[in-house]
Amino acid sequence: MSETLLAEFQVIGQRLSKLDAPQKVTGRTVYADDMHIPGLLVGAILRSPHPHARIRSIDTTEAERLPGVAAVIHAGNVTQRRFGYGQDNIPLKTDKVRCIGDEVAAVAAVDDETAKRALELIKVDYEVLPGVFDPFEALSETAPVIHDERVDITGNISMRWDFDHGDVEAAAAEAAVIVEGDYSAPQAAPAPIETHVVIASFDPNGHLTVWSPVHMVFMYRKALADCLGLDWRRITIIQPPVGGSFGGKIDIEAHDFITVMLAQKAGRPVKLAMTREEEFIGARTRQPIHFHMRTGADAEGNLLFRDAEVVSDNGAYNAWGSHAMLVAMNTITSMYRVPNSRIRCAVVYTNKNYGGSVRGFGNPQATFAVEQQMEELADALGMDPMDLRLRNANQTGDITPQGLEITSCGLSECLEIVRRQSRWDERRGKMRQRNRGLGAAAYIHVGGGARIYGSDGCGAMIKIDDSGQVTLITGASEIGQGSETVLAMIVAEEMGVPVSAVAVINSNTDIKPWDVGVHASRTTFVAGNAARMAAKIARDRLLETASAVLGAPADQLRIRDGIVEVIGEPGRSMDYARIVRRRLLHEEGSVVMATAFYDPPTHNQDKEYVGNISASYGFGAHVAEVEVDPETGMVKLLNLWTAHDVGRALNPMTVEGQIEGGTAMGVGLALSEEIVFVDGRVAAPNFHDYGMPTAVDVPRIEVNLVETIDELGPYGAKGIGEGGIIPPPAAIANAIADATGIRPRAYPMRPWKVKHWIDTNERSYVIVSTDRSEKRESN
Amino acid sequence: MLVELKVNGFPYRREVAPDTTLLTYLREVLELTGTKWGCLTGDCGACTVLVDGEPVVSCLQLACQVSGHEVTTVEGLDTAGELNDLQAHFVSNGASQCGFCTPGMLMSAEALLRNNPDPSEAEVREALSGNLCRCTGYNKIVDAVLETAKARAMAVSAVPDLSGSSSSVGS
Ligand code: FES
Ligand code: FES
Repeated sequence: MSETLLAEFQVIGQRLSKLDAPQKVTGRTVYADDMHIPGLLVGAILRSPHPHARIRSIDTTEAERLPGVAAVIHAGNVTQRRFGYGQDNIPLKTDKVRCIGDEVAAVAAVDDETAKRALELIKVDYEVLPGVFDPFEALSETAPVIHDERVDITGNISMRWDFDHGDVEAAAAEAAVIVEGDYSAPQAAPAPIETHVVIASFDPNGHLTVWSPVHMVFMYRKALADCLGLDWRRITIIQPPVGGSFGGKIDIEAHDFITVMLAQKAGRPVKLAMTREEEFIGARTRQPIHFHMRTGADAEGNLLFRDAEVVSDNGAYNAWGSHAMLVAMNTITSMYRVPNSRIRCAVVYTNKNYGGSVRGFGNPQATFAVEQQMEELADALGMDPMDLRLRNANQTGDITPQGLEITSCGLSECLEIVRRQSRWDERRGKMRQRNRGLGAAAYIHVGGGARIYGSDGCGAMIKIDDSGQVTLITGASEIGQGSETVLAMIVAEEMGVPVSAVAVINSNTDIKPWDVGVHASRTTFVAGNAARMAAKIARDRLLETASAVLGAPADQLRIRDGIVEVIGEPGRSMDYARIVRRRLLHEEGSVVMATAFYDPPTHNQDKEYVGNISASYGFGAHVAEVEVDPETGMVKLLNLWTAHDVGRALNPMTVEGQIEGGTAMGVGLALSEEIVFVDGRVAAPNFHDYGMPTAVDVPRIEVNLVETIDELGPYGAKGIGEGGIIPPPAAIANAIADATGIRPRAYPMRPWKVKHWIDTNERSYVIVSTDRSEKRESN
Repeated sequence: MLVELKVNGFPYRREVAPDTTLLTYLREVLELTGTKWGCLTGDCGACTVLVDGEPVVSCLQLACQVSGHEVTTVEGLDTAGELNDLQAHFVSNGASQCGFCTPGMLMSAEALLRNNPDPSEAEVREALSGNLCRCTGYNKIVDAVLETAKARAMAVSAVPDLSGSSSSVGS
């Protein structure tokens, strides 16, 4: 796009405050738990205290007798169907519990205290079974079988993700250098500050309304109907403002169904608010994944192959986490140009809380392995890791082995920026005496939607009323990321009206048009394009009327700051709201309305996992600088330089907000966050021990926005909701390696682990072609 | 038991159970839902309010123990809908995304600025370290607080010092 056109933007590119910010800073935003509904009961769930047990019987008699209890439910007295991939889950567990936190019974009562007392009065007779908590042990033939009812699988392997491209063995035979090692990502939590809160209410006609901070509302509605046997045309989902999600609230979970069943049974509205402890033991987490990886290159540093054996620790059931390999696979096959790749992945059940879809979805995990091997490989080749990356960097026009079509790519530029800002060339590898090091990591991630359903679309509607207020009714959800604001900006830009004239309606399934939901960094791209299309149509309608009123052809007209004018004749102009009224307020008048549906031109992956699932791909690079105390293993993160290819920053302030927030989450993953299990029990289900970074733990994050102006993105924008979280674990691991010479094997890189690696001089294997008989250790 | 509190300048008298927390008193009894909760164990800071000007996590504070005291919540920061300067800087810096940590964050920041009008960045980070934010990465929050401090300092120095001047105002 030319400079002159750039200057034409009225709204796009401005650092606009979020439209909902004044509500939020005054405490006036009404989140789910702030809502008041007459007659509201409190719901609570009885969860399994055992990681693996058979339910012999449930006795709820005493709980039912407790005054103030309106409903007690369990598998024996409700109608429910199975849900989840492979239909391996059910809201209230029937014969078996498979992890601590499994939902066994639930109550609705007049208040919290009564609900809690009622739960204590429910007697469940369990036959405790041996559990298996380690995915590698779960693979053994003697391991307890967790889903014995699933006849479609063998043992505990819930599913496989196997991929082949080219000939890895032939490539390995040719490689000058091969590095080989293990890399593990832990179970971590999305941990939004607001817990899950759901309210369900049936009206006397049997119409169900659910208030839930979920952000795939249409799928949520369908899942509710399917599981509970309800008519989905008679369900309204209302999304109150969301107090953070990061994927944690994306999907329907057992407690959602349970809240509805309680409301059904009690005949009154029910609210269920999960506690923080329940969030850690009973809400979805980030999938723990273990990689055994090999990467090979020729003597010049051209990548030849990547080969990964992957064990994905599924926990007790298939939720979204079982599909984290969908994204991890993209990174293994398509991060940098890799001509040959092979993946063998088993998704393995264990008796633990199970993984969902958390920001970055599989990508921080895979990048931790891929990007450490890039630096190991560079060191083994005697090359600078940045040079190795640049040599192999994806470029515009590439089609990767999985069929990802790279139509715009700022990867090299991002790498160059962080290289320069961190003074990489002068400092990397030269600060070990001071226990300091630099490490880099880059990423590829979907940036133009992600087609994993039949449609990846989003609907948009625009109406303009007699006041001139422009209302955008969008399928997209606001979850704090600022989608309302950016969509209002797009509409304002396209229509030439002030942002203050645009209202955004987005929270009610009765009103808003269909959308897949918020995931895969897709909202700005997909919902943005839909809003822009609808706005264009609405503008053209306005101009059609204006043409008659001003007596000039429509293509000679434009709207700026709300004034419709004949181009080059500023005197011939009229306020757009008056044009609307001219069109509306007479016999046979009409209202300005427009609808659009945007579905990116992408394809589902085929059975071989090949298909261009996104209309655009985002790239970025980080460099971390750390100081490691070799005595304690303590890692101090000193600096973090980041550069992200955002296509175009529609609102640089909110883009930075996404990157900074994501990066801070990545820092948490890298250094401190982990849900630690002891025999299937979450050791400390609280914020105090979990390790979420505070203001003192996150350094100032340097953010550089690289604008590649994507061909299909709205005004050239790509999705950027997840980019920030992906590189930090890998970049920080590489920085630790630079500072110490050891190779981190797993995150979070807590002091005791780093100390252990230093003490044991942890290294990967390197095979050099001149001496294939011998594996030698290197960093 | 009777708990009397002055909240954001208004007196309230309510009969509550002795184990009622200040958080419950504010949110459920007075229906002042601006104050949030994220843990109920004192770890997230979302429930932070000021009691006699000092920040307190209201989830761990029994209402009866602060009976007779003055409480300020996020609803008490703005004046008739006009944002105070700290709130305004939160808005203009993009310091609030989902907004769930924001009320507690504002109260901790307000308490800091009242006690230390010219904090360093490290002091701001330290003062906010009891308030978890999952959305922002903290940078924009820290900037908002530092900018507010700067603006307040300028406003103070801009007030003409009349004490020693020979003004025409009669004394
Ligand atoms: S709710 Fe009080 S500190 Fe978290
Ligand atoms: S703005 Fe969402 S937690 Fe801070």
